[in-house]
Amino acid sequence: MSHITKEAHGGSLLAQSARTKKRNAAETRFKAFGIAAIAVSLLMLFVLVTTIIGKGWGAYQQTFITLQVELLEKKLDKKGNRNLSDIKKVSTFGYAPLIKSAVTAKVEELGVETGLKSKQLVGLLSKGAAAQLRDFVINNPDRIGDTVEFRFLASSRVDGYLKGRVHRESIDNDKNISPAQLDLVDALVLAGVVEKTFNIDFIIGADASDQRPEAAGMGVAMLGSLSMMMVVLALSLPIGVGASIYLEEFAPKNWLTDIIEVNISNLAAVPSIVFGILGLAVFINYMHLPMSAPLVGGLVLTLMTLPTIIISTRAALSAVPSSIRDAALGIGASRMQAVFHHVLPLAAPGILTGTIIGLAQALGETAPLLLIGMVGFIASNAPDTIAEGLMSPNSAMPAQIYEWAKRADPAFYERAWGGIILLLLFLVTMNTVAVILRRRFERRW
Amino acid sequence: MTTFWLISCLILLSTAGFALGRHRALVSAGGQVRNLHSLPSYYGTNVALSISVPPLAVLSVWLLAQPLFIESHVAAMIPLEMIPENVNLSLVMSDVRRVSEGLDIAIYQGLMSAGEVEILDSEASDLRGRLGDLGIALGSDVRPEILDAARRYRTMSHDGRLMMTIVVGLFALVGFSRSYGQTDKDYRARNAVERGGMALLIVAASLAILTTIGIVYSMLFETINFFGLHNWRDFFFGTTWAPNFRGDSELSILPLLWGTLYISFIALLVAVPIGLFAAIYLSEYANTATRSFAKPLLEILAGIPTIVYGLFALLTIGPMLVRVFGRGDDGLLGVEWMTGATSVLTAGLVMGIMLIPFVSSLSDDIINAVPQSMRDGSLGLGATKSETVRQVVIPAALPGIVGAVLLAASRAIGETMIVVMGAGAIANFSGNPLESMTTITTRIVSQLTGDTDFASPETLVAFALGMALFVLTLGLNILALYIVRTYREQYD
Amino acid sequence: MNDMTLLERKVETQDIKIEARNVQVHYGNTHAIKDVNVKIEDKTVTAFIGPSGCGKSTFLRCMNRMNDTIQACKVSGNILLDGEDIYDKRVDPVQLRAKVGMVFQKPNPFPKSIYDNVAYGPKIHGLYNTKSELDEIVETALRRAAIWDEVKDRLNAPGTGLSGGQQQRLCIARAVATAPEVLLMDEPCSALDPIATAQVEELIDELRQGFSVVIVTHSMQQAARVSQRTAFFHLGNLVEFGETGHVFTNPQDARTESYITGRIG
Repeated sequence: MSHITKEAHGGSLLAQSARTKKRNAAETRFKAFGIAAIAVSLLMLFVLVTTIIGKGWGAYQQTFITLQVELLEKKLDKKGNRNLSDIKKVSTFGYAPLIKSAVTAKVEELGVETGLKSKQLVGLLSKGAAAQLRDFVINNPDRIGDTVEFRFLASSRVDGYLKGRVHRESIDNDKNISPAQLDLVDALVLAGVVEKTFNIDFIIGADASDQRPEAAGMGVAMLGSLSMMMVVLALSLPIGVGASIYLEEFAPKNWLTDIIEVNISNLAAVPSIVFGILGLAVFINYMHLPMSAPLVGGLVLTLMTLPTIIISTRAALSAVPSSIRDAALGIGASRMQAVFHHVLPLAAPGILTGTIIGLAQALGETAPLLLIGMVGFIASNAPDTIAEGLMSPNSAMPAQIYEWAKRADPAFYERAWGGIILLLLFLVTMNTVAVILRRRFERRW
Repeated sequence: MTTFWLISCLILLSTAGFALGRHRALVSAGGQVRNLHSLPSYYGTNVALSISVPPLAVLSVWLLAQPLFIESHVAAMIPLEMIPENVNLSLVMSDVRRVSEGLDIAIYQGLMSAGEVEILDSEASDLRGRLGDLGIALGSDVRPEILDAARRYRTMSHDGRLMMTIVVGLFALVGFSRSYGQTDKDYRARNAVERGGMALLIVAASLAILTTIGIVYSMLFETINFFGLHNWRDFFFGTTWAPNFRGDSELSILPLLWGTLYISFIALLVAVPIGLFAAIYLSEYANTATRSFAKPLLEILAGIPTIVYGLFALLTIGPMLVRVFGRGDDGLLGVEWMTGATSVLTAGLVMGIMLIPFVSSLSDDIINAVPQSMRDGSLGLGATKSETVRQVVIPAALPGIVGAVLLAASRAIGETMIVVMGAGAIANFSGNPLESMTTITTRIVSQLTGDTDFASPETLVAFALGMALFVLTLGLNILALYIVRTYREQYD
Repeated sequence: MNDMTLLERKVETQDIKIEARNVQVHYGNTHAIKDVNVKIEDKTVTAFIGPSGCGKSTFLRCMNRMNDTIQACKVSGNILLDGEDIYDKRVDPVQLRAKVGMVFQKPNPFPKSIYDNVAYGPKIHGLYNTKSELDEIVETALRRAAIWDEVKDRLNAPGTGLSGGQQQRLCIARAVATAPEVLLMDEPCSALDPIATAQVEELIDELRQGFSVVIVTHSMQQAARVSQRTAFFHLGNLVEFGETGHVFTNPQDARTESYITGRIG
């Protein structure tokens, strides 16, 4: 008893002993580490979100140049008989002079002094301008000979200049743009010829070649993602729910069930790239399904999403109290009826929430799509039918973003960040729906 | 689209079967539902299931087995000396397939008649050119052996399809007549339907096993092929990764493994302390308001797709690190240690950020599983909160936390997009975190994208790498799940 | 064990160790403790009895500020330990809890060795200078908790491996090792079988030599067996407080009488 004495903690309670002070200092330090950890995480989130919005916002605005183009008959329809097949023979090269003269005329009309050659003047426009003109003429052959007002996409450099992405200091080594051209752009902006507007084409349009970042859009890739999600939903929901019902409600406790259970929890943690290898080997090399098809992407993502859906569905099923099953069995329902008539409807909100979260995960997944070839080409046209949408090559939103990030021209980076905004918008919407479902329908037993 | 039509027909037939079965049951009971053993819809469903399920099962097995059977048969027709040096049989087979496809299209478009195809002479008719016009590009002129094989392939496929349609139709017919014949007021239709339903549920559940088998199978065969073409000693014990598409590559996993582990280590160095302290703060100190504010925000960080983190690494963190550690005198430190944006540190840092919420939510669960009585005991003795956490809660939760860290490590090792975009493509054994290095996942992507020739070791090595990755992550997962499960049982 | 009949038991008056004045406790909107005044004597076992939910455990937890860990709990009034208000702003609850130890309802040994369990308190409070001093503290505490003979050969075995009764005595040893002046016990025997309960009760009676012991119990028999003074709580009120013999044989309040005779509870 020698050391355990009344005096062990001596002194008044009202005064902190030196040791207590030291211990409290340690306490404060420890707590500060915790706060710092939270602060760092939230700061990272903040930086990430502001970076995405700050850099991606530009993709939703686009610079256009308004010009009056005279559709010269002697260039476009030499025979003058408006024969469509003759008009189609004129390639985009035939249209270039028209644009050239339209730009020159505009500059002269505004009286801007510029020492630029006409080739440099045309350089302000997107390389797709001639194609735009040609499409118009082919669709409206009767307008040949008129002077028509067109809104042409400005080149990515002009666009970047107006958005602050391209600076006069940073263009020394850029052969696509010169300071003199920027002076002209300034003058054209003042004259109202060059203007920035909302860029609907980014949301609904197709990807463009790496010469024309200003024309690249997400629309077709979004359709690709949509087709994949349809496949994922159509397959993973019934299979996932079926598997969960069996494992949760009917499966006997034996080694086979154990293997299946261990298997599912391990599959949930298998790297997604491995599912890509599986898809490449089984669906493409063995079954000879077409490369780059959303159907294959959907199948691969289904296999990847299934464990997630099974795990959340089983949680939802096991949350339904057994008294519900007993009640149904007690009035003579079969076990199958008890499950399908009573347990499943009660678990539905939970199942739906899990499915939506699984779909959101699949929507953002990129790695397996790289292996089944959903990057590296330009999906230029939207598919016409559902079957074509599933079988013809397409990209997907995250794959399209990756494709843009790989390209050499930094103007595509803006597109990539912009694409991320769109992707995150989808994910936030899906997750919000999931949270609302959970809040509204969640039952506490 | 014959498969599509076959399935549509089956669906149509089952719908009709449902109506017929239901009707027959009602008639047998004299229109009185109460005289039936089961509800009328069960009789209908029984007939519908008998019509659709067995034929569909036969159909899917057939579709999987037919190409295997035909290919092995046709492959035997190709003389061995036909296969040039360095060209794999599968390459020849893909030519055969393409020619046969071309012939099909030609017949479909009316360019050739079926009889014409049979007597086609590869030398006389410019087959390559004619098929080229149809959009079937061939690498070289069609040799007679290939044409023969293609013809054989074509006829076998056609016969196979015809047989498949007949067999499937027979199954549907037998299913219908059996189930329709059984339909009677005393027949236990509900039990039959429920047995069928249960079988479907079991099939759904075993798909998980099938997926695993698929994964192992798809990688195992190509891995074996790879080791047939490449020395396994070089793969496991070599020190250089230098793929060379003219052959003679050095393909060793060790430099890639080093890059993978180095990046994962840096990621864990970031994620584990931050994630763990965040979890401790949220579960032990934060009040309800802070919790309900900070937890969802952390979960947002977890829900962001990895492509976003990859872009963040490539375009934001990488250039930022270059500004600090590179650019010589223009840089912040005035040093020239880093040249490109891709480096071990870039990928590691970003991956660390990605893993923070993963570590924190797992640790949060695990810390919360430590019973409150444990904390009360310590606080009741006059310990401060931090003493309680450090000396009682963390030691008690340690196994669980180790499990969580292992799971995070497995995530880091298998992560693809961040390293593809942020780590670089150069395989080396350096310890400098500012150098770019490459990883297993990065190499899998780059060896399997672009023009892939499935006969070269440079492509096949991706499967061996995939196998290694699978085994590595699977081992970590099983270990982690085992530890976490044992830990949870301790406090249940 | 005290075999004397209740009335014969001699109760000496001791110094006042803890004094509660007008203590009120609110849990959110619930008024859990209503205006309680009580004086706890040194070297005495005081029992708090009453039906479940009467506030006896809440009040016990007020005496070493364990309620601080619960956000919704608000305490007002004064609780004085040796004349000093423990709810004073200057008081560090950590220092207070070193003086007022606590033993809980469910045995809660840490997942460490038996030795480390007992040494935990002395370590955090810095009660020793050398390893041999710590060994001595641990041995003394285990002896006082009457468990030394059972565990002396396996001090490095995990504390969680002991039986329930041994675990609870280990927890008492753990509390004793910190050298508190008051020992609070929250239904220490509710999770134990009758034999273990008897051992712990015997221990409590011995602990009275060194500490002021406050014990919350469901069981009136236990209160009668181990305590010198008894407080009866009902619906948050302190209904009656006095010598155990008087409270049990001659209750002043009708509610106490109803509870003791088994009509409420």
